[in-house]
Amino acid sequence: MAESPKIKMDEKMKEIMTGYYIEAKTASETGKKVAWITSGGPVEPLIAMDVIPVYPENHGAMIGASKMGGDLCERAEAMGYSGDLCSYARSDIASAVIEGGPIGGLPKPDMLVACNNICGTVMKWYEVLARFYNVPLFIFDTPMCHTEYREESKRYVKRQVLEYIAFLETVCKKKFDYDVMAEVGRRSIQAQQLWQAVLDTAMARPSPMTAFDGFYHLALIVTLRGTQIAVEYYKDLLKEMEERVSRGTGAVPNEKYRLMWDNLPIWYRLKWLSRKFAAHNACLVADTYNTAWCRSLRYIHSEDFLDSMAEGYTRMYLNIGIDQMADTIIEMVQKYKADGLVMHSNRSCKPYSFGQFDIARMVRERAGIPCLMIESHMVDERSFSESQTETRIDAFMEMISSTPH
Amino acid sequence: MHTAGIDIGSITAKAVIMAEGRVIGTKIIFTGYNAGNAGRRVYDELLRELGLDASQISCTISTGYGRNSIDFANKAITEIICHGTGAHFINPDVRSIIDVGGQDSKALIVDEKGQVKDFVMNDKCAAGTGRFLEVMARALEVDLYDFGQLSLDSRKPSKISSICTVFAESEVISLISKGEKREDIIAGIHESVAARVSALASRIGVRSPLMMTGGVAKNAGVAAALEKKLGIPVEIFPAAQVAGAIGAAVIARRFGSDR
Repeated sequence: MAESPKIKMDEKMKEIMTGYYIEAKTASETGKKVAWITSGGPVEPLIAMDVIPVYPENHGAMIGASKMGGDLCERAEAMGYSGDLCSYARSDIASAVIEGGPIGGLPKPDMLVACNNICGTVMKWYEVLARFYNVPLFIFDTPMCHTEYREESKRYVKRQVLEYIAFLETVCKKKFDYDVMAEVGRRSIQAQQLWQAVLDTAMARPSPMTAFDGFYHLALIVTLRGTQIAVEYYKDLLKEMEERVSRGTGAVPNEKYRLMWDNLPIWYRLKWLSRKFAAHNACLVADTYNTAWCRSLRYIHSEDFLDSMAEGYTRMYLNIGIDQMADTIIEMVQKYKADGLVMHSNRSCKPYSFGQFDIARMVRERAGIPCLMIESHMVDERSFSESQTETRIDAFMEMISSTPH
Repeated sequence: MHTAGIDIGSITAKAVIMAEGRVIGTKIIFTGYNAGNAGRRVYDELLRELGLDASQISCTISTGYGRNSIDFANKAITEIICHGTGAHFINPDVRSIIDVGGQDSKALIVDEKGQVKDFVMNDKCAAGTGRFLEVMARALEVDLYDFGQLSLDSRKPSKISSICTVFAESEVISLISKGEKREDIIAGIHESVAARVSALASRIGVRSPLMMTGGVAKNAGVAAALEKKLGIPVEIFPAAQVAGAIGAAVIARRFGSDR
């Protein structure tokens, strides 16, 4: 089987992320403050205050990719945390206590910011962290937005933006600079637009990248959106992908089938899954996870960033109703011309996995494509069954390949 | 033209040989720990019984969880596609199939050509599979064949609430000590398997005509409980256990003529 061509920007990503973690780990020496924040949390005000944002969830992904999740989850279970709990939460809590994991634990936080637009678990998880590190916690509460963003939600969330800024001023002991904020907001929007443009190159046939590539290059839009580093990085990545498109270079050497992915990646099996699909000449051209960090572009504007950000963060993919989720997937199936949908039923992530069978039914009926369900945990490799997953993928591909295209 | 289908399941290995569109022989043995050896053995034994030589077989397809260990097969195809093809071969009117084997249970929807249109499989758990029944039969000291028959005499099936095989086994043991009748406990076990399988099958909307395949189809109690639970008739053919191997042999015929 021909190997997928390597993306040149992979090295640059490694370099930036190494630098980022070194900066965060040495923050106490440089006098910078560190805030731990949830992946869907409003990070831009932190950047505007020159606080280094650190993401336990990005750390969780690294733990998963280094196949250290099972061990750390086991340690959390020994501390009394239930095995039914999110594996990011379990592995992160364990790694905080034992200072373990691929980078010996995260740098200690000066403050915590938890936004519940991705799940309810983060509130309890961050409360545990707040007690453990004895640092202030800000909870940014985004009401569920099933269909519309109501006036009362709008007032409620906007008020919290002001409270959030007041919290930062207290912890950082300095005034919030609204001009800097406006600039950070512009850079955040620009990086999100570039990230969307990168993902859109996958509309080409063959696609220059797969969702698996996206899961790697996603790191900066999560951790450093609002910085110039992210903007420059995605400009270069976009250029590389556009060059691939113009040369006709596909991420999967003989792309024949195009699939869409739903839910978080199975971090400890990225390579295995990517090879498995490539062996069937299938390219995962789109997914709901990578796009979660640019989907809010439709709501946010640089001229009133803070106000519109409130709406953007409230209407995150995991904070909307099942009908809207299905609409989003169906739009993507049509946009990227997907032949099938692969859903990861992720025991770790209830808000993402709940409703998948209903969504699958809607996708089948309205987009007319088959859906596959594979069960796992995003970080806890003890729950993955290779032969069962393999049989399902093989059968799914046999089914798709026997349908005329 | 002779073709062969080899289905290596977690408990049994099945071989089928077809000639001119007809099944001319089937063979079932225990898989044991070496899937590759089991495949070779079941194939050789069937050839010998039929007085055939391997050179007379134009194409062989392997299937089942051990499908990739069969080095003499021309191609490996998943059991999902093979059960769909096998059931369609047995009865072309069938549109839904429930296959319950040793470690998997699955439901399939096929079209008028026997092409699989959708499928769903059990998650990583032995509940609702043949292995679950095996464990229960052992706890009740009943032969697996009698197990299916006995439950048909039950008037008041026991309630087994645990989904987990291990916990259900201890539940069964406590029912025995409470003095519940063996046939009632067995009927309860069958209802529990049927509940699990029908929940799975309902996800993809199985409908009549529905056929049950796989080793567990030989258990009359499960089939009856499933029929009750789904509210539609469940067709069972004597060849249910080898349906996957038949499907493989049918595909081998197509594959062989395409080559």
